[in-house]
This record gives sequence, structure tokens and C-alpha cells, in this order.
Amino acid sequence: MINRIVVGAHYGLKDWIAQRATAVLMAVYTVMMAAVLLALRPNSFEAWQAVFANGFIKFVTFLFFVSLFYHAWIGVRDIWMDYVKPTGLRLTLHVLTIVALVGYSGWAATILWRL
Amino acid sequence: MAEMTIKKRPKNLDLTTIRLPLPGKVSILHRVSGAGLFLCLPVLLWLFGASLTSPETFATFQSLFATLPAKVILAGLIWAYVHHFCAGIRFLLLDLHVGIDLQSARKSAAAVLVVSIPLTLVLWGVLL
Repeated sequence: MINRIVVGAHYGLKDWIAQRATAVLMAVYTVMMAAVLLALRPNSFEAWQAVFANGFIKFVTFLFFVSLFYHAWIGVRDIWMDYVKPTGLRLTLHVLTIVALVGYSGWAATILWRL
Repeated sequence: MAEMTIKKRPKNLDLTTIRLPLPGKVSILHRVSGAGLFLCLPVLLWLFGASLTSPETFATFQSLFATLPAKVILAGLIWAYVHHFCAGIRFLLLDLHVGIDLQSARKSAAAVLVVSIPLTLVLWGVLL
């Protein structure tokens, strides 16, 4: 057992907490949206659009997407760190993952704020 | 202290002979389902956006998701989400030191696997 203090030197505590905080946010959103969709049962385009046009739903859906992308970044980064050893390739994959996830955030915003 | 880390231990990394205990299976499935969902993100975002664009695309998706191949693919995605959700809640509880003894951890791992399947079927039935 190596005795080290888990602060100040980028041991990953921030990411560890962020992964769990975003997980909790997404779990709450999932249960809430399941309840909303079960109650409203939007079976037509108009009803479906109206659900996400609601200001509150729009806000929490965007929050969900941002949490999802941050959560996915930590998870996917861990996968690259576990299985991809050559530094250049790993760095490339990290950059590509970030590019994709930042792009998805913008995409999600345009989908929601077009409504 | 340093000697312990340098000491050579027997090592088996042959995936065909490793017999993972149940919590190990839940763990690797958590990673696999997460990676799968990540890879499907662009398709899911596109579907979400298009479904909110016009009544025509919404109607197209409604008829598309009435076909069997689409339903099977969707069932897989729902399972991945449900499994990741259930296993994630188990990990959060383990982080809070709930059920960390061997027997409880094995039981909760089994519960994740067992609960995910009917929950997927229920959601599948409700959504489609």
C-alpha cells in the first residue's frame, strides 16, 4: 500500500467525483422523463414536440446531454487509457473523443433551441 | 513496502481461461454497454433531432420502429441503457460502502443482471 494524499496532484479525484455527480443527474432525469412520458404518452408529432418545447424540460434535457457527454468523456478516456498504450495513438483518440463530444453538445443545443 | 510492489506474482491474462465472478461480469458489461452507447450517440442524436423536426420524419420513424429489425436493435440499446443504469446505481452504493462484503456484492451483482432483463422488456413493451 502506497501512502499518498489524494489531493493536489491530479490523481483523478475531480474526474471520479464528476463521473458520479453526472451519473446521479442522469439517473434523476431518466426517472423523471420516464414518468413524464408515461403520463403524457405523446403519440403525435405535435405532442412529442410540445414535451421538449416546454422551458423546464428543455433546460433539464440540455443538462442531461451535457452530463452525458462529460460522463462519456471520463468513461471513454478510461477505456483508451486501459487498452491503448502507444502515446501518440492514445492522444489522438483522446482528442477525437473530445472533438466528438464537444460537437455533440452544440448539436444537442441546436436541436433543443430550434423548438 | 517497496519490495511488495516489485515482487513477481503469478499472472494470467488469458481471456479464454479466466473465469470471471459475477461482479466481474457486471463490471465488464458496464464498460461494454457504456462503450456501445457512446458509439451510438451520433445516431441517437440524429434520431432525436429529426423526430422533432417535422411531422413527416416523426411518421417515418413511427413506421420504421414498427418493423422487427428496428425493434430488435432498439431492444439492444434499451438493455445497454438499463444495464448501465442498474450497474451504475450498484457502483454508487458500493462507493457509499453499502453492501461491500463478498456475499452482498455477489447478490447485488446477480440482482443487476436479473432485474435488467425484465425492466428492458417492460420498457420495450411500453415504448413500442
